[in-house]
Amino acid sequence: MAPDAPTARASSSLAARRGGRGDAVFSGLAKGAGVLVLVIIVAIAVFLAGRALPAWRVEGWKFFTIKAWYPDAHPPLFGIAALAFGTLLSSVLALVMAVPVALGTALFVTEIAARPLGRLVGYLVDLLAAVPSVVYGLWGVIYLVPRLVPAERFLNRHVGFVPLFRSQTQTFGRSVFAASIVLAIMILPIIAAISREVFRQVPKDNREAALALGATRWEAIRLAVLPYSRSGVVGAVMLGLGRALGETIAVALVLSSSFEISLRIFEPGGNTIAANIANRFGEAGALGTQALIASGLVLFTITLIVNITARFVVTRTGIAGLARP
Amino acid sequence: MTAIDTSLAARASSFDRRRLTNSVATVLIGLCIVLALIPLGLVLTYTISKGSRAIGVGFLSHSMRNVTPLSGAGGAYHSIIGTVEQVLIASVISVPLGLMVAIYLVEYGRGRLAATVRFFVDVMTGVPSIVAGLFIYAFWVIGLHKGFSGLAAGLALSVLMLPVVIRSSEEMLKLVPDELREASLALAVPRWKTILRVVLPTASAGLTTGVMLAVGRVTGETAPLLLTAFGFDSIHTDPLRGPQSGLPLFVFAQARSSFQVAIDRAWAGALTLIAIVLVLTVIARVLAGRNRLAA
Repeated sequence: MAPDAPTARASSSLAARRGGRGDAVFSGLAKGAGVLVLVIIVAIAVFLAGRALPAWRVEGWKFFTIKAWYPDAHPPLFGIAALAFGTLLSSVLALVMAVPVALGTALFVTEIAARPLGRLVGYLVDLLAAVPSVVYGLWGVIYLVPRLVPAERFLNRHVGFVPLFRSQTQTFGRSVFAASIVLAIMILPIIAAISREVFRQVPKDNREAALALGATRWEAIRLAVLPYSRSGVVGAVMLGLGRALGETIAVALVLSSSFEISLRIFEPGGNTIAANIANRFGEAGALGTQALIASGLVLFTITLIVNITARFVVTRTGIAGLARP
Repeated sequence: MTAIDTSLAARASSFDRRRLTNSVATVLIGLCIVLALIPLGLVLTYTISKGSRAIGVGFLSHSMRNVTPLSGAGGAYHSIIGTVEQVLIASVISVPLGLMVAIYLVEYGRGRLAATVRFFVDVMTGVPSIVAGLFIYAFWVIGLHKGFSGLAAGLALSVLMLPVVIRSSEEMLKLVPDELREASLALAVPRWKTILRVVLPTASAGLTTGVMLAVGRVTGETAPLLLTAFGFDSIHTDPLRGPQSGLPLFVFAQARSSFQVAIDRAWAGALTLIAIVLVLTVIARVLAGRNRLAA
């Protein structure tokens, strides 16, 4: 959205004079509500930092390099190295799977399908976002994981020389791969929805010029639509990344948590910052809770950076209305 | 002669190749639709089939109080009460507040502050739900020594709901034609009255849609409840103090168990949850379709 969009309506020196105190109070309330949004964002950072401090004092910079989580042991030992790695690995894998499909559906809706069909498909893809994450998690662990095992075993047997597909224990199942698929399904609707808006912003003339010069439908997409919307799509992908990084419950249900740094995505195990909070919160002691809050602060910071960057990129393209529920 | 022939042939073959590329691309894009919709179909049908089989007499009318691990009895009544209270609290907080922010952005917002607020509302939609839970835990549950409660859960949910309400309300208020505002102002109606009596009623259908979508979104949130309501097996109607359950939390707790009876309860809960959320979403969309402003 353009920050300087003409949103202030119908300038009204006359009304201001007549409205008097009522107007002053009302506009003050509205402004206060706006400022409160900024206060909340700052308060999140401040309160998390305040509670994270004791845990930080225990481990210091080693908090970023330790691959274990025993905050309530004597002596305590905890760090987010394995968690941060797992968070990034599962999110990147989810993006690899979700982005092509999301862009494909967005192109279908805006460029290829007739309008009623496009609207129906867009509506159904949006419905994916309405399914609660706990339902995805339940479905993932009960339905998806057992059905993925044969595929994982097959890939391991035949292309096992790829480090990703190895399994030292020859066990498969509640793996990073399974979690990534569930994540991919969950971030698909947001990437698709924003890309759709981005593609709709491409001026009709560009497309029609390409078609008039004899380009096929695909060539028009490749030459006129995609270059024009590149930065918007980058923003959409980053917003999807932000979602994937912070997703908690589905990952907590699908993964059997471990504290290793391993690229073997078919092996059971792996962990993420968010899932670790959900798994450990109930049993955490005082320092354990503070350690979890410290890890939450790291997650908040990462997602904040990703989101701010994404919004800047998208804002530059001048697209409004991107925050879909 | 032959030169012309080959160039024509080359052109023809290049055209064939381009057409082929086009067909391949179209097929691939079609495949994307299939790939996107398969999970939706699988999740919905599997949840409905498992859930409808597991949802028994008493599931909606019994709590988990004194239910032994291997017993198939027990239900989600206590957690449904919790969810209704928590979502109500979240709505009571974030709907008026969100509306005021949207009014600020559309009717008053100018300059740097408004641009900053607008930007951070966007950023706030990306705050992970677990972080919202941690925030309320740090600030309310242990910071102000309030303890776990339904109210704390409502606060955490309102952090997630607020940006959604603001964004949708902002879009709706922008659709109200300026002529209506100008007509009212020209009749010497003060600005605040114009907003309350003319702008909001005109946009009411769209505003309702936005609120319902926001309610649908937070109803399914689990992670924040874990850190704020904590969960409880018995019926606990007082949201102000004491741990409380919530429907998503119930599903999560049951799903983590290794007993089949618990997994069955999780499916029944998942079906209930999906039904609530989808009904809200679909009604909201239908209302949106009827909205004269949006059309």
